[in-house]
Amino acid sequence: MNRFIQDLSEKNNFQPTHLLRILREVQAQYHHIPNAVIEQLADLLKISRTHIVSVIEFYSFFHLTPRGHYDILISDSITDNMLGKESLMTYFAQQLKVTIGEVRQDGLVSLANTSCTGMCDQGPAGLVNGYPLTRLTRPRIDQISTLINQQIPLEEWPTALFHVDDNIKQPDLLLNNLIQPGDALKALYQRGLPETLAEISQAELRGRGGAGYNTAWKWHLCYEGPEENAFCEVAAQKKQQRYVVCNADEGEPGTFKDRVLLNAYAHQVFEGMTLCAAIIDAEQGFLYLRGEYLHLYEKLQAVLNERRQSGLLGPNILNRGHNFDIEICLGAGAYICGEESALIESLEGKMGIPRNRPPYPVTQGYLGQPTVVNNVETFMAAAAIAVNGGQWFARVGTEKSKGSKILSVCGDCDRPGIYEYPFGTPIQTVLDDCGAHDVLGVQIGGPSGVFISNQEFARQLAFEDLATGGSFIIFNNERNILEIVNNFIHFFAHESCGFCTPCRVGTSLLKNQLTKIMDGHGSAGDVVALEELCQIIKKQSHCGLGQTAANPVLSTLERYPELYQQQLKKISYEPGFDLDGALETARRLANRNDAGAHLTQVEETYE
Amino acid sequence: MSNSITIDGKPIPFSEGQTIMEAATAAGVYIPHLCHHPEYTPHGSCKLCNVKVNGRICSACTYPAMDGQDILNNTQELTDDRQKITQMLFVEGNHFCPSCEKTGNCQLQAVAYHLNMLDDHFPLFYPTRAVDASHEALMIDHNRCIFCTLCVRASQQKDHKDVFAISGRGLNKHLIVNAQSGLLKDTDISMNDQAAHICPTGAILIKHTAYQVPIGERLYDHKQIDQVSLASETLKHDK
Repeated sequence: MNRFIQDLSEKNNFQPTHLLRILREVQAQYHHIPNAVIEQLADLLKISRTHIVSVIEFYSFFHLTPRGHYDILISDSITDNMLGKESLMTYFAQQLKVTIGEVRQDGLVSLANTSCTGMCDQGPAGLVNGYPLTRLTRPRIDQISTLINQQIPLEEWPTALFHVDDNIKQPDLLLNNLIQPGDALKALYQRGLPETLAEISQAELRGRGGAGYNTAWKWHLCYEGPEENAFCEVAAQKKQQRYVVCNADEGEPGTFKDRVLLNAYAHQVFEGMTLCAAIIDAEQGFLYLRGEYLHLYEKLQAVLNERRQSGLLGPNILNRGHNFDIEICLGAGAYICGEESALIESLEGKMGIPRNRPPYPVTQGYLGQPTVVNNVETFMAAAAIAVNGGQWFARVGTEKSKGSKILSVCGDCDRPGIYEYPFGTPIQTVLDDCGAHDVLGVQIGGPSGVFISNQEFARQLAFEDLATGGSFIIFNNERNILEIVNNFIHFFAHESCGFCTPCRVGTSLLKNQLTKIMDGHGSAGDVVALEELCQIIKKQSHCGLGQTAANPVLSTLERYPELYQQQLKKISYEPGFDLDGALETARRLANRNDAGAHLTQVEETYE
Repeated sequence: MSNSITIDGKPIPFSEGQTIMEAATAAGVYIPHLCHHPEYTPHGSCKLCNVKVNGRICSACTYPAMDGQDILNNTQELTDDRQKITQMLFVEGNHFCPSCEKTGNCQLQAVAYHLNMLDDHFPLFYPTRAVDASHEALMIDHNRCIFCTLCVRASQQKDHKDVFAISGRGLNKHLIVNAQSGLLKDTDISMNDQAAHICPTGAILIKHTAYQVPIGERLYDHKQIDQVSLASETLKHDK
């Protein structure tokens, strides 16, 4: 163990910023992070053991106690659930003889739930030791169980089990006009750096992660620095180290377009990053890849190498004197790291807790230096704009939303996959194209977005109407809205980083309050209390996670108030005290769970 | 250059680099807070100090004062929200004021008084949390920790040690100490450390001192937290 950790730390230059990647390797090697390793790492990296423990306990993919040699996680996304995840999971547990959430006694296998793995177009999906399992069926589960029980190494498993399709169904502006590696950089140097930034500005490109911040302006701010620095000598400004970060922590349930873009068009994404680096004068870039996309890692490294060999990355790019390289950093299971300042914290080897702002990352980001963080799709669009010009992009879309949007379409439809549309496209068009029938509603922008009913399909994809990072989940009339909401609310409670009170406590209170109503224990005031709770979480939370965590309830409560009201009891008072729940400890002590050991909450005659 | 903000309509001067909290405290305006302490880097996590700056909610302890800001602090809406946030802190842990030795000296309790909190409002979580009484002079009662990180910051910034950290995610957050055993007795904390005395609740306690000052004669038994806070923090901010 000693040697392994020593070598691993050395390989990472004893850099505390590399803590996540070190822990990833330790977890893979020992199936947990042993205490002795924590002590050794604290020593080698010169950081406190509490820092290491807090990082381990923050990320879902790190563990202080051993997981199985085959650690299986099943995606608990709503789309996986709609494809029968629950019964498959039970079946899996039976086949493997393991309790969900636990490790089998022989230590060989463990099985647990995880947040959306980004395979919603080919679920039910899961991960085994970090690698994706798609299209799970009972026969596949039988096959996997056999492989595990025979202790066949993962490398020898049939590749079909890990097969991931791109499912590009409808290309448009970007996907139909792919650029050749190097074209955007050549165009950049031909046209000039400020001139190319002007093209991106003219294109009115806005961030594709969902928030829609003006991309050219972000790059400009990063280069120029805050106003108070504007009077610094240019030479002093030049000395600052700047960073380019590509946010590929695609964690919003229902979205998977970045997975496809990085699998099929990585060159163009890296080219967009290099373009940005040249414009803002950065020498180092990072691709923050969500841990669930481990399967893309080797392939992306190969693309980077190819680019280095072609002179498109590394020292003196295209002999123009600009040095820039890109490192790939894998996450470890934390939705919050999609928030840009949390992502930067994570890149620095810390817990992914969103920072206080100001200062914003453009002035103080990675290691306190000016940093541009953009979405995968944004960099890809920027590269295309460099080649084709701002006009080419800006003539498509609406007044406030130029260009196109790439959607991850999933849920109840015949053809889930990647669809690209000009901004301004009505929702109905998407539904027609993907073969959606008998539609109840669509969740636009994932759980943090909005649920629209079938009365609203004339509404448009646009920042000024329905803004989305790309998640597009379709529900047909057989679906139960409250169950959907419940899945989303559980997700947020699970993913809340816990930094601020309203989100840390509020999301769990919300989960419990919703469960109370759904279980039929709600009385007259409970829907009012639910909404009141939503408002405070939305209004008072620290970051986007908390500010949007109540959206699933708020957007459905607005559209279907009767659904919530119908769940309420007709009595005027329901005790908040859970009588039966209070007996749980006694039942555990007495080791019994028969009917006689349970009490009903309220005598049914009261109704 | 006259730098000025208004809080609830009252003009308040500030100097460059001050936060809204610092400017307000210097001018004798109390903004409720628990995780903030003038001697340590602001943290911005309890969210009690959330104020409305030109219509937008911002944490007063971290948000910089800027010329022309129109700030709302003492409004019914914010007081209601602050009360609920305080109630959230109460239901999340196990806070039984009548049997807690910190009662009367507890900032969480005092803020609750100040906000006129009369009940828990939300269902209690009753979490199972441990007590670490291993140290001869100090103890940690995790039931009362509100994750304000004051002990973490005090230990790092004042004591130049690194005794505490907040670990875990979401509702599983918990205070950990820097010892292989995980016990306070095996850390390098000492009675004289700021970190030993900074806890705004009864989570970190000095042993053998519990009832030296009788209940009824304690700090917040006769004074409101706004008076106490303004009196003690104005000077510290000015430093």
